[in-house]
Amino acid sequence: MLERNTTLLGIVLLGAVLIAAPHLVSFSQQEILVLLTINVLVVASYRLLTLTGEWSLAHVVMMGVGAYGSALYAKNFGVPVPLAMIAGAVTAGVTASLLSFPLFRMKGFYFLIGSFAAGEVIRLIWKRFTDPFGGPKGIQRIPGFPEIDLGFVRIDFYNPENYYYLALIVVLASLWVLYRIERSRIGLTFHAIHWQDKLAESVGVDTFRYRMMAFVIASFFAGLAGALYAHYLITVNPNQFNVDTMVYVLIWAIVGGTTRWYGPILGVVVLTIIDEVVLRAIGVDQLRPLLYGGILILAILFLPNGLESLVIRASEALRQRGAGSGANGTAAAPPETRS
Amino acid sequence: MPEFLLQTIFNASYAASYMALIAVGLVLIFGVMGVINFAHGDLYMVGSYAVVFLYAGFGLPFLVAVAAGLIFVGLLGILMEIALFRPLRTNPLGGLIASIGFLLMLQSLVVLGFGLRNQHIPPVSQGGITIGGAFLTYERLGVIVAAVVLLGSLWLFLKRSKFGWALRACAQDREAAALQGISINQTARYAMFIGAGLAGVAGAMTAPLVSPTPFMGHTVIVTAFIIIIVGGIGSLEGAVVAAILYAFVHTFVTTFYDGVVANIVGLLLMLAVLVVKPQGLFGVRERA
Repeated sequence: MLERNTTLLGIVLLGAVLIAAPHLVSFSQQEILVLLTINVLVVASYRLLTLTGEWSLAHVVMMGVGAYGSALYAKNFGVPVPLAMIAGAVTAGVTASLLSFPLFRMKGFYFLIGSFAAGEVIRLIWKRFTDPFGGPKGIQRIPGFPEIDLGFVRIDFYNPENYYYLALIVVLASLWVLYRIERSRIGLTFHAIHWQDKLAESVGVDTFRYRMMAFVIASFFAGLAGALYAHYLITVNPNQFNVDTMVYVLIWAIVGGTTRWYGPILGVVVLTIIDEVVLRAIGVDQLRPLLYGGILILAILFLPNGLESLVIRASEALRQRGAGSGANGTAAAPPETRS
Repeated sequence: MPEFLLQTIFNASYAASYMALIAVGLVLIFGVMGVINFAHGDLYMVGSYAVVFLYAGFGLPFLVAVAAGLIFVGLLGILMEIALFRPLRTNPLGGLIASIGFLLMLQSLVVLGFGLRNQHIPPVSQGGITIGGAFLTYERLGVIVAAVVLLGSLWLFLKRSKFGWALRACAQDREAAALQGISINQTARYAMFIGAGLAGVAGAMTAPLVSPTPFMGHTVIVTAFIIIIVGGIGSLEGAVVAAILYAFVHTFVTTFYDGVVANIVGLLLMLAVLVVKPQGLFGVRERA
């Protein structure tokens, strides 16, 4: 009973923080907040892919496929933006399903490099073909999300605060879907393939199909994140989706940890806050790679299971102390850590 | 037309030379330690900046700057081995991830020290030789000669010297080598020094030809990966042959179409090898 109350309290607190967030920060930080919300979806979808044990370097490019797709559908074909966003995400999923055929002949390091090559080919195609992809300059003046007029109130999505709420709704809904998938039979099969792929095959699991499924679902949500990104920034170009960006996604996931659903989210949130606080204090933007590189090395050396391992240890320690006065719901710990 | 063709062949030979230096170092490191060094392109970049600093900045003789680049980058390699790869020996992807962190730090430090702009390096020599109407500058010839000499001596070192035997033994089977009394840690240090040093030399020798930037390692590491995959991860001979193959394909496609198409062709070549023959054209059995 007490445990349930703690969980409920945690959810209410988290909800309050999420709703209040844009009002607690400055205007430039609101922009960062929107990007952070979108990045949460990027890392959470990336984690779904890593459940099968494969680490892809094409995830950010898949995000780009969603961004380019959505931008082109909306701009060149006049598709309404919300529909274009979904169509962009579907395009990313379809692209992933096509790439599965060559890529899932590889495993481990070979998959890592193969996925990089496939992603880079897509990126270079955007760069090379000015029509319709706009070449190195990319696509500009992408239609924004249409404003909602409820008569008494008008919601204009050029305002970062309003876009934040839009992104928040989309991202929370996506996280819920990703969570349900992981808890379903499909998700359990992903885990089985990761730990015992030969054994899974021997009991009749088509590992190729499940690897492909993970890749397609992850790419669909990455594409959705990309679409959110495109209609927020109003411009996309090939450099936004290069391997540098991918390295940051990798760092968020590794520093956060990938065995729990909240691990990568913890990684992206904590690192973005550190980034914002430290770099603003120093004022030298060029130090960012040094900071991230240093954190990555320290994490892999001293905290190989990521920040989530701290949360797991903390929550176990709390439970050890008995149900006693354990209801102080530490702010850093997301509400539910049990299965 | 024949002059043009010959010129393209010269350009390709130059590209093949420095790519072979980089790829052989990467393969050596992987062979001995089982680590894919993502920072290899940035070790090359640091080699270039040794020339920026010592030759263009301090006015030291070019060859002194190159030698300093080799030694400094080699020592960076030893630092990586001691600080990163050794503690992560039991973590299969750990070394790779740590090397990504290391490359970010290297890039950032070079940006802080030298700025973002392209560095201009005064030409080492204006001259060159003309063969059959095609022109080969002494600078490019120097890179080709350096590659042949260094890779030749590496080959002799690996085949003849005691350390060379130890290195190859480690590359074949680390546990068995350790049981024979070979120190894995010491061998790994040698491999890191040689592998990183080769990348440093390649960067230093090509610096006057490419106008270095802190991000030049990017294209280099991608190229190096294509080469080691095509040649077969872990095969030194394969790396050399694949470097020549890739350089010729890339140079000819660049000359007759454009650079981006050449990059796409290179990546598709790697994908094709990965799909059809993942052990590479000269591959040894997969180890990982």
